[in-house]
Amino acid sequence: MPDHPPSAVSENILELRDVRTYFPVHRGFLVKRQTGAVRAVDGVTLSVRQGEVLGLVGESGCGKSTLARTILQIIPATGGSVILNGRNLGEATREQMLACRRDLQMVFQDPYASLNPRMTVHAMLAEPLIAHRICGAADVQGRVDELMRIIGLAPRFAQKYPHEFSGGQRQRIAIARALALRPKIIVADEPVSALDVSIQAQILNLLSQLCRDMGLALIFIAHDLSVVRHISDRVAVMYLGKIVELGPAEDVIDRPRHPYTRALVSAIPVPDPGVERGRKRIVLAGDPPSPINPPAGCAFHPRCAYAVDRCREGVPPLVPCGPSREAACIRLDEIG
Amino acid sequence: MPLLTVTDLRTHFHTRNGVYRAVDGVSFNVERGETLGMVGESGSGKSVVCYSIMGLVPQPPGRIEGGSAVFDGVDLLRCSPRAARSIRGKRVSMIFQDPMTSLNPYLRISEQVIEPLLIHEDVTKKEALGRALEMMEAVGINDAAQRIHFYPHEFSGGMRQRVMIAMALITRPELLIADEPTTALDVTVQAQILELIRRLQRELGMAVIFVTHDLGVVAGLCDRVQVMYAGRIVEKADAQTLFRSPLHPYTRALQRSIPALQPKGRELFTIPGLPPDVSKPMPGCAFAPRCGFADDSCIASVPELAEAAPGHSHACTRMRAGEIHWDA
Repeated sequence: MPDHPPSAVSENILELRDVRTYFPVHRGFLVKRQTGAVRAVDGVTLSVRQGEVLGLVGESGCGKSTLARTILQIIPATGGSVILNGRNLGEATREQMLACRRDLQMVFQDPYASLNPRMTVHAMLAEPLIAHRICGAADVQGRVDELMRIIGLAPRFAQKYPHEFSGGQRQRIAIARALALRPKIIVADEPVSALDVSIQAQILNLLSQLCRDMGLALIFIAHDLSVVRHISDRVAVMYLGKIVELGPAEDVIDRPRHPYTRALVSAIPVPDPGVERGRKRIVLAGDPPSPINPPAGCAFHPRCAYAVDRCREGVPPLVPCGPSREAACIRLDEIG
Repeated sequence: MPLLTVTDLRTHFHTRNGVYRAVDGVSFNVERGETLGMVGESGSGKSVVCYSIMGLVPQPPGRIEGGSAVFDGVDLLRCSPRAARSIRGKRVSMIFQDPMTSLNPYLRISEQVIEPLLIHEDVTKKEALGRALEMMEAVGINDAAQRIHFYPHEFSGGMRQRVMIAMALITRPELLIADEPTTALDVTVQAQILELIRRLQRELGMAVIFVTHDLGVVAGLCDRVQVMYAGRIVEKADAQTLFRSPLHPYTRALQRSIPALQPKGRELFTIPGLPPDVSKPMPGCAFAPRCGFADDSCIASVPELAEAAPGHSHACTRMRAGEIHWDA
């Protein structure tokens, strides 16, 4: 861990300290016994500053969505702490938690599933305002109109139902709903994966603009590295519940250090035939291992081209490897 | 002679809300052994083209209104069901986007993989199993002898897509239609599957129609590319040319909206508006309402796809008239 001076720490709006989220695995029909646990998130330490965009990438099953839900306290953490604005959410009372929810909002992947089909857009945007007593009944209309304008839709569309909108517009509405309470941080779980390229660009532009204009912090979860590189200030790469590499987005994706990040980067197809055909590709064998029974030592060693016997011995810690960069590999210096 | 010649294919869907012209006059060839990429956003009609060739369009509401798809001398859209059956699934196979829903969860993998062989070839079940095993090994499934008896839910997404590929290739088809086969998969697994398709294509000498919305995948895999918009082909060229010097404003807009090709931090280029509703009649070019270069001539008539250079065609009236200069 790099040492932060105390003033720098206080700028962090969100801090995760050794967050662990396990799901128990039960065996037996009548008498259920816990026989193991899925270690979906296994010791994640991270911080997000105000106005910062943190990209979180990894393959499906690496725990990125569970981490998002743990931050929001939708799934309780098994261990460690989630600290928002200096308050530990795991120990917060109901009332405190309610207040914290204003600062912490989420946008989900599938805008077809995350909006209630029986509510008009107006009802959806007004609900949080009323529930949190943000504004009186008289001011609700004004705030809903303002939200519609922020996301680039005409306020008159607020009387429509979700099915009347396209996928991209629905995702805008989901973003408006997250913005209703003027949060300090938004967690977006694959917000553009379900959208077409041309629509994806619109949503990415909107998110960047919101972060810039409102000083909003964003945790942007995606599996598409080129999207993450574009939007993020810093990027964290997850593998099997752990962060294996962390650093400035461009730096990490253009010059990856950890063998897993290298493989991930080389797997993205480049939309240029000249470059794409001449490129050397690291094709990883097999699928990610099971988080119920992770491999001993470094979880990546069975698929890693650089693995040696030592890699099996202990879980490698995240160590500094360059300006504001960290990676969890014991052979960093040897593999260059 | 090309292996497959599709001419003026029109597939419409007749629903209560009107007629959806999902495919509205599409013509193209596929040569033996080549890879043809078909790119477009959702709703552009690329999947419906594949379904029409394979006879998988649900009728009703779908109806093939016209055109032909001639495979090795036989028109798949007009021949007898018997003649079509001897080609589909044997000489032309298809793999689908979602390996989770396109395998039958009630049947063991072995039964599903040998089915095409039992139908199309005069083999015993034992011989078929032997060949299925070979194919499973060829697509890179370890412990195939044991795992061939598993059920689909016992496989991961990438493994299921391999099973689908094994199933499609077991009859050694001359043409494989791959409809977004890697869209549901992780990038690392996508790289494995693309590598596999490339290798098997070399070994079997088959032609591939590869449908995708990912321009990156097209760049690495395809010899020729055609771009679809609102049920029509708006541009086609060899991959190199299409990426280096696109001629249709839609192709260029699509290319410019990918984050990978843009300097970081700069605002992404976006195509304003939404893809058109293909149930509404469109005067002229379907892309005109979203096109930065459109003028009155664009809505006067539907632009035809015509060759601008050998092997490079596009359907843009203004580009043809020399009125569009990209850098201006």
